[in-house]
Amino acid sequence: MKNMASKKILADQDIEWLIGLQLRFGVVIASLIVLIGGLVYLTQSGTSAIPHYHSFIGTKAGLTTLGEIFKGVYTINAKGIIELGVVALIATPILRVAFSLVGFIIEKDKMYICITITVLAVMMVSIFGGSKI
Amino acid sequence: MTILTFTLILLAGAYLAGLVGSLTGLGGGVVVIPLLTLVFHVDIRYAIGAALLASIATSSGAASAYVKEGITNIRLGMFLEIATTIGAVLGAVIAVYTPTNAIAILFGVILLFSASMTIRKKNQEALTTGSKASLKLKLNNSYPTRDGEVSYQLKNVGVGFSIMTLAGVLSGLLGIGSGALKVLAMDSTMHIPFKVSTTTSNFMIGVTAAASAVVYLQRGYMDAGIAFPVILGVLGGAFTGSKLLTRLDPKVLKYIFCVAISFVAVEMIYNGYNHQF
Repeated sequence: MKNMASKKILADQDIEWLIGLQLRFGVVIASLIVLIGGLVYLTQSGTSAIPHYHSFIGTKAGLTTLGEIFKGVYTINAKGIIELGVVALIATPILRVAFSLVGFIIEKDKMYICITITVLAVMMVSIFGGSKI
Repeated sequence: MTILTFTLILLAGAYLAGLVGSLTGLGGGVVVIPLLTLVFHVDIRYAIGAALLASIATSSGAASAYVKEGITNIRLGMFLEIATTIGAVLGAVIAVYTPTNAIAILFGVILLFSASMTIRKKNQEALTTGSKASLKLKLNNSYPTRDGEVSYQLKNVGVGFSIMTLAGVLSGLLGIGSGALKVLAMDSTMHIPFKVSTTTSNFMIGVTAAASAVVYLQRGYMDAGIAFPVILGVLGGAFTGSKLLTRLDPKVLKYIFCVAISFVAVEMIYNGYNHQF
């Protein structure tokens, strides 16, 4: 019994350590991709005039779906690379929820497995609800 | 103005926004929106997109440190994230049908509220007997302090959950972390010690912002040319802020910034009222 208890505490701390590490790496990786894309953007069009940001054009600017973004990265489109970094940044907390789920599964905490799945489900509705990927 | 000049000025501005956001506890995203709209005359929708990204970056960066220290209540965070993510998705949907001037006015009001919240009296006491729901949901926990581990219990779980839903809606609608409302729900309503409520709120901001960020990305709110300097600038400013906070107690600075932020908030309300957005 005592052995089991110490094992459980170990798993709890391991998961917290893992979550902390994953969050840090996620932010660092996302910022690096944004920085690379940003430098390419400045070298390519640093001397051009700024776009008309005071009027909103929305999806007409493109790069609003994963397909478009990957295509942009493939063709070394600077904005495509920045948007890949944006996707990596948004994915960081979503991945954190998935890691927590693994933690609760290891701890066999049924209630929190359900709660975490609910949160993930809401995220999925948000991602696929717009019927665009 | 060339793109290079714009990027460099915005980078410096975003750095200051991150610094002020971190020192006041308001969060970098909140300061970015008036910076972009009032100073750079950027459409508020691009500002919201960039602010959401800034919120995700700063909250994830800070959370990684807090989680390791064992102050964050991960179960509580996860449970309340049901409320905030549902709220955030709703907020992002409502945003499409809301006029930008109304969003600007609402933003100003929330900013005023947030600034006043940062200078209120904080709850330091740990509750010893919690409600039945808190026990059932395993929300009671302990956290490390200078005098050793302190156990705490919490109450009013239902009311806290409802306020969290509202915090989520506002986060999705305005593109901010709504840290002030999150702390209000945990600190004042559920009686969680201040240290736990701030770190757990920060832990939740990333997930809440990500829930609406996906919707906004698909709608073209996240312009690469704005996102690039804002993400890097705010992150750098927040990092400097967190280093400064361990060395000095910025009480006076906090008051000055909160007064300044209040003026900015009034400006947002005024401009929104005059249909400047």
